[in-house]
Amino acid sequence: MPKTKTLVSAFAAILLMAGTASADELAKYDVVDMAIPTSLTGKAGDAAAGEKVFINRKLGNCLACHQVTALKAQPFHGLIGPTLDGVAERYNEGQLRLQVVNAKAINPDTIMPAFYRTEGLHRVLKKFDGKTMLSAEQVEDVVAYLKTLK
Amino acid sequence: MKFFWRDITLAVATLSVAVGVGASSANAADWGPYQVEDRRSGYTYMTDESRAMQVDTFQNPGMLWVEEGADLWTTVDGKAGKSCSTCHGDAAESMKGIGARYPVVDEGMGKLKNVEQQINSCRGKNMEAAPYKWESKEMLSLTSYVNHQSLGLPVSVKVDGAAAPFFEKGKAFYYERRGQLDMSCSQCHEDNAGNMVRANILSEGQINGFPTYRLKWQKPGSTHRRFRGCNKQVRSTPFGYGSDEYVNLELYVKWRGRGLPVETPAVRN
Ligand code: HEC
Ligand code: HEC
Ligand code: HEC
Repeated sequence: MPKTKTLVSAFAAILLMAGTASADELAKYDVVDMAIPTSLTGKAGDAAAGEKVFINRKLGNCLACHQVTALKAQPFHGLIGPTLDGVAERYNEGQLRLQVVNAKAINPDTIMPAFYRTEGLHRVLKKFDGKTMLSAEQVEDVVAYLKTLK
Repeated sequence: MKFFWRDITLAVATLSVAVGVGASSANAADWGPYQVEDRRSGYTYMTDESRAMQVDTFQNPGMLWVEEGADLWTTVDGKAGKSCSTCHGDAAESMKGIGARYPVVDEGMGKLKNVEQQINSCRGKNMEAAPYKWESKEMLSLTSYVNHQSLGLPVSVKVDGAAAPFFEKGKAFYYERRGQLDMSCSQCHEDNAGNMVRANILSEGQINGFPTYRLKWQKPGSTHRRFRGCNKQVRSTPFGYGSDEYVNLELYVKWRGRGLPVETPAVRN
């Protein structure tokens, strides 16, 4: 396995906009040792904003599949994926970032969607075509939130 | 790292087995005819209330459409001045088994046809009447009525011979990932049947009860309406009602539920 792989070779635009990014604006990132060591935006994310993205059913909707004890006030945690309690102790920031950006780079068979990817998808609804599920900023916010799950 | 991830996947698989039981019933429940080998009808994933509603003919709201279908069966329509019953007589006799063995290959068309398409073919060719719109009240009623004549019969579709290439296409569709969420039918209904996805328990996505009365819709919906919904759910462009893609998929999904009883009209959330 190559140590460094550039997955997206588009503009290294720094995305500070809200909403999803379209293909030609994707932030560039490098995968090193199954991790993305540097922030997609060049800045640290905001954990409080990340918690909102994590819960929001139209954005992360992470609770569709995961359980988080700290969010037990939220109804209905799915059982498709593992609990994310203590996830920050199991993985470093770069590993968490790759997990959110493109879980399939880690496990090609996973059901977990890639939240920052546009290529290699089939028959995407027009409304979402060429767009990522989360913006680079939202990815960083979610990563910051995951880092609080100790 | 590689091994690590495999361990996690195994852990998830173990968890799935541990929680892979019906909505409100204990382990090793006896589902009677609603389970055949490892295949379980959507009925077994419903709440006790929905199940009770389904099996009570007087409470089952889908029966209103079946009754409407019974009226249409004997209603003359079209230039030929005929009704379904003019040619097919008593539906309890002539339509028995249709719901269990469709879709079938239509020799003339050289492809599969399902019940809705057969109904419209008879309306056109044999009655000289206009086709019903796919999700119209009339089409849902007549399909419900025709399929209801097979109530309790085991699903048994032909997938070899002339049907084989269509079956293979339907199967490929089932395992193909699609949409912005990049998911296949199998990832939800095969790998995760019995698991909660947020507030919903995932069933095996069987079609032995269609058209099913959905409490959420407050009316019955066709198999293809459900397929479209499941496509859109993963943000994928759906195919058209009656498209070859969906009829092929219908054959494959029906085969997945081989042996399960026809439940039309099933009641689902
Ligand atoms: C459709 C279900 C699904 C959704 C939605 C989902 N995940 Fe996952 N996730 C999984 C599964 C299943 C795994 C287990 C690993 C695998 O499949 O490769 C996983 C693994 C993870 C892991 C690694 C956990 C560990 O302990 O190894 C993290 C972190 C994670 N997901 C974060 C997220 C975040 C953050 C979101 C929302 C932005 C999210 N997931 C949305 C299914 C999902
Ligand atoms: C003029 C006579 C005639 C009328 C009226 C008629 N059909 Fe048919 N139907 C046929 C014939 C002949 C076949 C067999 C070959 C074919 O598909 O045309 C058939 C086949 C069928 C089949 C498939 C049977 C099988 O064993 O595969 C179904 C289901 C069916 N008809 C339903 C209906 C319904 C519902 C109506 C009313 C909307 C209707 N038919 C009206 C003559 C008729
Ligand atoms: C993201 C997960 C997901 C995917 C992918 C998915 N479905 Fe579903 N499907 C659901 C949910 C949730 C329901 C409602 C609860 C249940 O019955 O599982 C459902 C229900 C169904 C039902 C109704 C079952 C019944 O008993 O009436 C059918 C049929 C079905 N799906 C078929 C499919 C097919 C075919 C595909 C692929 C084109 C597919 N689904 C893809 C989540 C999914």
